[in-house]
Amino acid sequence: MCLAIPGEVKEIFEENGLKMGQVDFSGTLTKVCLEYVPEIQVGQYTIVHAGFAISIIDEEEAQARFSAWNELMEASRKEGLDAYGNPIKPDDS
Amino acid sequence: MSAIIPESLSCPCPITQHDTIQMAHGAGGRLSAELTQKLFLPRFANPALSALEDQAMLTVPSGRLAFSTDSFVVDPLFFPGGDIGDLAINGTVNDIAMSGAKPMYLSVGFIIEEGLSMETLHRALLSMERAAKTAEIAIVTGDTKVVEKGQCDKLFINTSGIGIIPDGVEISCRRLKPGDQILLSGTLADHGMAIMTTRKGLSFQSHLKSDTASLGKLVEAMLGITKNIHALRDPTRGGLATTLNEFAKSSNVGIEIFEDALPVRPDVKGACEVLGIDPLYVANEGKCVVVLPKDQCEAVLNEMKSHPVGKDACLIGEVTDKNPGMVIMKTMLGANRIVDMPLGEQLPRIC
Amino acid sequence: MKYLDEFRNPKIARQLLDEIHRTVTKPWVIMEICGGQTHSIIKNGIDQLLPKYVELVHGPGCPVCVTPLELIDKAIAIALQPNVIFTSFGDMLRVPGSHQDLFMARSQGADVRTVYSPLEALELCRQNPDKEVVFFAVGFETTAPGNAMAIYQAKREGLRNFSELVSHVLVPPAMEALLSSPTNRVQGYLAAGHVCAVMGWADYEPIAKKYHVPIVPTGFEPIDILEGILTTVKLLEQGECKVENQYGRAVKKEGNPSAKALIQQVFEISDRKWRGIGAIPNSGYTLKKEFEAFDAEKKFEISHLNTEESEECISGLVLQGLKKPHECLAFGNACTEQHPLGATMVSSEGACAAYYKYQRLTQNS
Repeated sequence: MCLAIPGEVKEIFEENGLKMGQVDFSGTLTKVCLEYVPEIQVGQYTIVHAGFAISIIDEEEAQARFSAWNELMEASRKEGLDAYGNPIKPDDS
Repeated sequence: MSAIIPESLSCPCPITQHDTIQMAHGAGGRLSAELTQKLFLPRFANPALSALEDQAMLTVPSGRLAFSTDSFVVDPLFFPGGDIGDLAINGTVNDIAMSGAKPMYLSVGFIIEEGLSMETLHRALLSMERAAKTAEIAIVTGDTKVVEKGQCDKLFINTSGIGIIPDGVEISCRRLKPGDQILLSGTLADHGMAIMTTRKGLSFQSHLKSDTASLGKLVEAMLGITKNIHALRDPTRGGLATTLNEFAKSSNVGIEIFEDALPVRPDVKGACEVLGIDPLYVANEGKCVVVLPKDQCEAVLNEMKSHPVGKDACLIGEVTDKNPGMVIMKTMLGANRIVDMPLGEQLPRIC
Repeated sequence: MKYLDEFRNPKIARQLLDEIHRTVTKPWVIMEICGGQTHSIIKNGIDQLLPKYVELVHGPGCPVCVTPLELIDKAIAIALQPNVIFTSFGDMLRVPGSHQDLFMARSQGADVRTVYSPLEALELCRQNPDKEVVFFAVGFETTAPGNAMAIYQAKREGLRNFSELVSHVLVPPAMEALLSSPTNRVQGYLAAGHVCAVMGWADYEPIAKKYHVPIVPTGFEPIDILEGILTTVKLLEQGECKVENQYGRAVKKEGNPSAKALIQQVFEISDRKWRGIGAIPNSGYTLKKEFEAFDAEKKFEISHLNTEESEECISGLVLQGLKKPHECLAFGNACTEQHPLGATMVSSEGACAAYYKYQRLTQNS
């Protein structure tokens, strides 16, 4: 259920009394209803489901995840094993 | 948003007695003749066609003949990157070329809905003319029927064509051998997603372009490197997944493809993600899948890359003796996933 | 694509898999509620890479699978009425009713169209004022804000030719129904990330406590799912039963307040029947009385429907994780992808369809 994809808000406008926007999915622009993310600004990323923005991406939170992974990669590298229990090859870093 | 056709500025629609197609244009009388003289002949004239016989009389070189037919019904008629006109030429040219043959002659049949504007027909004819010139193929015979309003959707085109297969070329979906390499001539899903996002015009402001193109020259260049190409097919309806499944079943071999090797343009990928569509199942109109022995792979790939319609060509997989009749994808995570035949038309999904 | 491709990085996925392998010491059964997650798990082959101790059970979070047969039959009957434009997300067109699907209705002359957004259905109303436009409003909480907005907007604009055939279901009551079943096997849940983006995850705290299960709102990309599984396994191993949010970039504890407000304005909670599971109290949405003019079930008198569920099909047990698809007598015989008997075979993410493919792989290798 619930296919929803992040895209960047490129333009905000009103249509039939609703807050709408053009959202860019790496080059494909789609008209999306922004009524449920009233505070959204151009340049922010939003998660879109069936033509409706349902959430603004928390970019700080996403960045925190990226850093956590790097630590994970580091810890595992110290053990010298990959997910299949094989020694990590030198070029695999 | 309509595609800009610069040629329509330089080559205006000829002045005809009517602005729209009448039933009489298909009745064989004076109006039929006007259509032929003013619209068709100026675009396609060549000795065989201009003789205006009931059939084209052709002298063909000896050898094996490739013969193919296809009908084109597309909504909308004009879409970013192409229209029903070049699609109708390129589609049959490509089907002929996929045997290794050099496409030579085409027939064209039009079924036109009463009331279609002359301007629209003329635009389609202009792009047919351009596509035929690019593919170096002659339209040598044709037919026009007009049906009452509502009995067809604006314009249907059928094209059939022939080409000559060079000696020593033996291309068939039954010739795949374990160890063969699988090449793809360019990015996936461009045509299907261009059509889908144009049709869903209410929400999409699409810049996706159809990849419709003639592959005849590319195939000729590839055969110039080696005649030992085992299989060749253009993954149109049903997409790459369908073509590979047909190959695997016809040759009773396994096919393994690599998820991270499949080329998809970023904007096409964006549209696929939004609509929940797998690019493997989406139609292409200017791409081919090439299966050939490993020792020829690099030379053919380099040749493809030097050609405009093959510049994004890449290696996408190989033929194996495991899982005969099946197509398996190595996912980016290293797992195996079955790539099945599609059950029908791909639909945008929410879940 | 930003915020998508990063979450598909195979190297990080391998590290997470490694971590899952290291963490798990005993067998656990984890259910991913959402069909979208099932789709991603199968597409990426995640289930093949997990330790044998981690069993993933595919949950009922797929509107294609749980929309009751009567409603599909009703949709087809409405679509076949003269002067109706019947609109739907693409997902529902191939789902078999008792006798046919919406595609077959279209071939009999029904005007059935796929839309990407419910607002497209409203646009069709404006363009076709002399036609009745009906939208098949299926889905979970994620889809409810859009479907509510279409109703709200139709009323505001006075688009009287619009109506929705509503079949909205809710996740938490279904989770509780599964957990309170005496045959329940599920020990931990990946909660549906996009449902939580709308509703938040506060509702799951009492469930986690009452039934002693960890619940982890999880995203949809491979890394999200692996992180969700890792978090769940860690909580299980530690014996902790709480809610821990994996999908922080999209999900806040309180959810989306404006979306929740409009849902409450347009819909009210009601009992709903789930295909294969049966009626679950307070598990769905129905239009409020003030919006009943937009309720297709009230607008169109549909009676004499003879709903017939296949007797052989055990999709309900499969949806609850009680039976595996191959334990069904019809599986692969009377019921195939080409001729599905139940919804779990229809939906590309349905458990039976997935098994159908994999069985062939193991037979061949």
